[in-house]
Amino acid sequence: MNGFWDMGGYGAFIWPAYGISLLALAGATLWTLAAWRRAKARLSALEKK
Amino acid sequence: MLRYANPAKFFSLSGMLLPFLAAGAALCVALGLCLGFTAPPDYQQGMTVTIMFIHVPAVIAAELAYGAIAVASIFSLVNRHPLADVAARTAAPLGALFTALGLITGALWGRPMWGTYWQWDGRLTSFLLLLFLYLGYMALWNAIEDETKAARAAAILALVGAADIPVVKFSVDWWTTLHQGESIMSGQIAPIFLKPLLAMILGYQLLFLTLWFIRIRTAILERRARSLMQAAP
Repeated sequence: MNGFWDMGGYGAFIWPAYGISLLALAGATLWTLAAWRRAKARLSALEKK
Repeated sequence: MLRYANPAKFFSLSGMLLPFLAAGAALCVALGLCLGFTAPPDYQQGMTVTIMFIHVPAVIAAELAYGAIAVASIFSLVNRHPLADVAARTAAPLGALFTALGLITGALWGRPMWGTYWQWDGRLTSFLLLLFLYLGYMALWNAIEDETKAARAAAILALVGAADIPVVKFSVDWWTTLHQGESIMSGQIAPIFLKPLLAMILGYQLLFLTLWFIRIRTAILERRARSLMQAAP
């Protein structure tokens, strides 16, 4: 397992690259879904009035 | 295409497509990661070749998003269609995000392979310019209050900035300073790396489409809510 994390000595570059990409894309997905739910809730609240 | 530019039609069509786009994105990325991390080290790059699997897809998604904005901007200027403005505007933050990821993963790949995080090389510089184009485009939308005027100005900026896309593409042929040349279409990449790369490229583009469509749908709902508010304050 040490060899996997070490990535042939390049782990210090590979893992941050993957980590930042994962965080950014997961964050963008959650953000997008949250905005969608907010807009949907707001519209249905307005339509009920 | 204009047939689907009707917000209601886009809404129902994208609603049908979204589950497939999202599932396709997840599947492709999962497959790409499995293949990518089981691939052997490259004989020159060692394991840093795995950065390619997230760098190249992010760069392509950044360019695809800009292409989407440029096409939508043409429709906005020519047809004055409000959905075209919504489509262009909602693609921009996603494009900026993919551009930033392309720059960051590129820097983290460049340090061990080229010995530097950054260099004012033709490809790197023209791609950094793309990030500034995205940021300027988003700033312009926010700066002009009148939405019709903002849409026109933003569309013109997007089309002028579109000149950067071919520069990014051909920069590696014009200035052979640092960034390597194109290797996918010219078949210079071993199949064992090509398969995970293609899966990740497809996965990233599907993810972009998924998020973009949800953002367009969100904007349509927000506009409906705004018009309801105006109708009955």
